Amino acid sequence: MDQTFLAIVFGPCDKCSKEKPLRPVTVKSEQRSYCSLCVEMMATEGLHENETLASLKSEAESLKGKLEEERKHDVELHQVAERVEALGQFVMKTRRTLKGHGNKVLCMDWCKDKRRIVSSSQDGKVIVWDSFTTNKEHAVTMPCTWVMACAYAPSGCAIACGGLDNKCSVYPLTFEKNENMAAKKKSVAMHTNYLSACSFTNSDMQILTASGDGTCALWDVESGQLLQSFHGHGADVLCLDLAPSETGNTFVSGGCDKKAMVWDMRSGQCVQSFETHDSDINSVRYYPSGDAFASGSDDATCRLYDLRADREVAIYSKESIIFGASSVDFSLSGRLLFAGYNDYTINVWDVLKGSRVSILFGHENRVSTLRVSPDGTAFCSGSWDHTLR
Amino acid sequence: MSTKTATTTNNIAQARRTVQQLRIEASIERIKVSKASADLMLYCEEHAKKDPLLMGIPASENPFKDKKTCILL
Repeated sequence: MDQTFLAIVFGPCDKCSKEKPLRPVTVKSEQRSYCSLCVEMMATEGLHENETLASLKSEAESLKGKLEEERKHDVELHQVAERVEALGQFVMKTRRTLKGHGNKVLCMDWCKDKRRIVSSSQDGKVIVWDSFTTNKEHAVTMPCTWVMACAYAPSGCAIACGGLDNKCSVYPLTFEKNENMAAKKKSVAMHTNYLSACSFTNSDMQILTASGDGTCALWDVESGQLLQSFHGHGADVLCLDLAPSETGNTFVSGGCDKKAMVWDMRSGQCVQSFETHDSDINSVRYYPSGDAFASGSDDATCRLYDLRADREVAIYSKESIIFGASSVDFSLSGRLLFAGYNDYTINVWDVLKGSRVSILFGHENRVSTLRVSPDGTAFCSGSWDHTLR
Repeated sequence: MSTKTATTTNNIAQARRTVQQLRIEASIERIKVSKASADLMLYCEEHAKKDPLLMGIPASENPFKDKKTCILL
């Protein structure tokens, strides 16, 4: 049975007990649900004598100023990395070209077995490939176009995808002869705008989603229930990435508000935010150690943010690069950053020194998605030219 | 509630949320970039040898390299 749950919960308010649409609120680390009227009333009730709008605004300004001060006056990564040996010449070849999508490829993800790939495209098709043989193992057509997000489950037994249908659906993968994937579809997430990104957490049981409605959300796959929602972005959220498992329950998201935000998955709280890009952030990816993350933006730059230093530590840009970066990923050691751009190229950056080590040509249209394989032996890029390499 | 009071309440609520969020962000402990950079460099160094895209892998181990087909004479 299809189970879809709205992101807004309806029920008795924890304060006035009236049946109303509820907003989840965290009070002293506890989750409560209040109706919007009570939320507004409590906001004014708690006001101290001298807490006017003006005083709050000036406190906000001074806090922002304090944050800026703390994040300035320090060295940049490439200066500290001057003593590191430079990298030699890189020769990377296209080993496979996956053809079969009838339209722009929008997203792809690797399976943990390091060989299977799931990809989704504008025409609604989602295909699972064996990258060693280039065979298509599964294919399903979604009822919507622009499938902007797809992800492989950690077990390799299911895939998740979504886009203009505002939902994230999970399809179990079987090896039956006459597999009818569409029949086994399970709707898990429900947003009020397009789905831009999705990712399974450490298990097949939970999915994290990002949406054009400005929120991210964590869902239970089996019941379709909303476990946690993340509010804070001022515009569409375009991308997300989960922290590597050793570093705990956080994830980073990037959006059209030019902000990259780091969230605590359990409390729903934004713990850090970074606003140094000049345009939409299209892609975010954690550094393998989990202590930093990279972002790619329409402002034609990629940047590295260190979480413990709480600031941007490197910018990867060149005057000759004027097109937006759509997708970024690190090599296994974190030394290389691969970035796909809207000018059809892929630039390979030396993460520590900040210089470009290689530029890869081959796609005949925008590179829309890029991921390094789980064992780091290869990376795959998807493009508006309908192919994956 | 008059419209004016409602708008003011809304603005105050929003301002309060912003201030609370900024307080949380301002209070986190930061380390110096020089230390953070040193840690990033250390990680790269430690894992560089195991990075196939960085080091290159021998053709025999490369699953993507096309194997030459056998020709039966």
